[in-house]
Amino acid sequence: MLTFLALTSVALLGIVPEQSQAIVIYTGWERHALVGSDVRLSCSFFSWRWTSEDVSFSWTYRPDGSRDTISIFHYTRGVPYLDNKGPFKDRLEFVGNPGRRDGSILIKNLDLSDNGTFTCDAKNPPDIVGRPSSVRLLVFENVPIQAGVITGAIIGVVLGLLVLIVVIYYLMRFLVARRVFSLSVRSVSGLWPAALCQSGFCQGLELKPEPIPGMDTCVAKLA
Amino acid sequence: MLLLLLGIIFLHLAALVLLFVSTIVSVWASSETGTSDLWKNCTLLSGGHQCSPASTGEWIQAVQAVMILSIIFSCLSLFLFFCQLFTLQKGGRFFLTGTFQILASLFVMSGAIIYTVMSPEWVLGTYSFGYSYILAWVAFPLALISGLIYVILRKRE
Repeated sequence: MLTFLALTSVALLGIVPEQSQAIVIYTGWERHALVGSDVRLSCSFFSWRWTSEDVSFSWTYRPDGSRDTISIFHYTRGVPYLDNKGPFKDRLEFVGNPGRRDGSILIKNLDLSDNGTFTCDAKNPPDIVGRPSSVRLLVFENVPIQAGVITGAIIGVVLGLLVLIVVIYYLMRFLVARRVFSLSVRSVSGLWPAALCQSGFCQGLELKPEPIPGMDTCVAKLA
Repeated sequence: MLLLLLGIIFLHLAALVLLFVSTIVSVWASSETGTSDLWKNCTLLSGGHQCSPASTGEWIQAVQAVMILSIIFSCLSLFLFFCQLFTLQKGGRFFLTGTFQILASLFVMSGAIIYTVMSPEWVLGTYSFGYSYILAWVAFPLALISGLIYVILRKRE
């Protein structure tokens, strides 16, 4: 039994390193931002190996509708290199923590021409085989309202008012009927005190509220 | 008597069907190359229709909400009519039914007016009003007349 366990554990340890050679990179799927604001593009990775000192991150950018990708950021051997010639000159900032496997960048003062796809590629030697991950940046002039929010709000408010009116109507009728009932009980002085009625001795008396004359509604008749 | 009843129900159902078609079919604005509003914009390409969701502005969502509310109120009014038909006492009036139907017609009217006034903001100049929009305008007087008839009508035996 023990030898069997030992053999399986050795086999697993032998298998796992072969599978762990792939590094998995995570970024967001889409980022929405307003013109003139800043956006943080996050990038992190998962690797079976310890974070080495030669860990490197690189970001590339492909504008919407274009086929060319341009490199905008590279981090290697502890030094971040930002874009100093391209479209993001003086607008990039490295806000990641490579020791914590975070290679995020901050882009400041967005413009409509910054719409595009940003790709993050991370390498953790000797773990270098992996697929770069992309995040799509969408820059808006003003925040668009989600489809259906106002629709649902208007419908909800109107139907809510309808339900409220019906509830208030029935409440008023119930209160008026109760007042009429308690008045008529008091007028039959002493024979049927209210306490006895509440404990269920008034079988002959009708406790159904009387409909207000002239306001016959079919729903009341059904009730 | 039966003829009158059938006529009133037919009028109500006609208004209801027009409301349904106007709300569901997305042809409030149309041109030779495509249609748009209330729910999706479709363009006619060589391969066929290509549709995308309609613009998400505040006004078009208001029109959507108001059209749906008018359908709800008209259906409620029909249900209340059958309810009141069997439970109303002799000589009574169908006030509740008429109120709901008139409210439905007011909702359609406000929806059509909002669309007429605000649609130039998101609809191109080449587009003209489509048949769903016209059906909404036709449904408004039908629903209004139907509601007024209910209010005037008195129940006989």
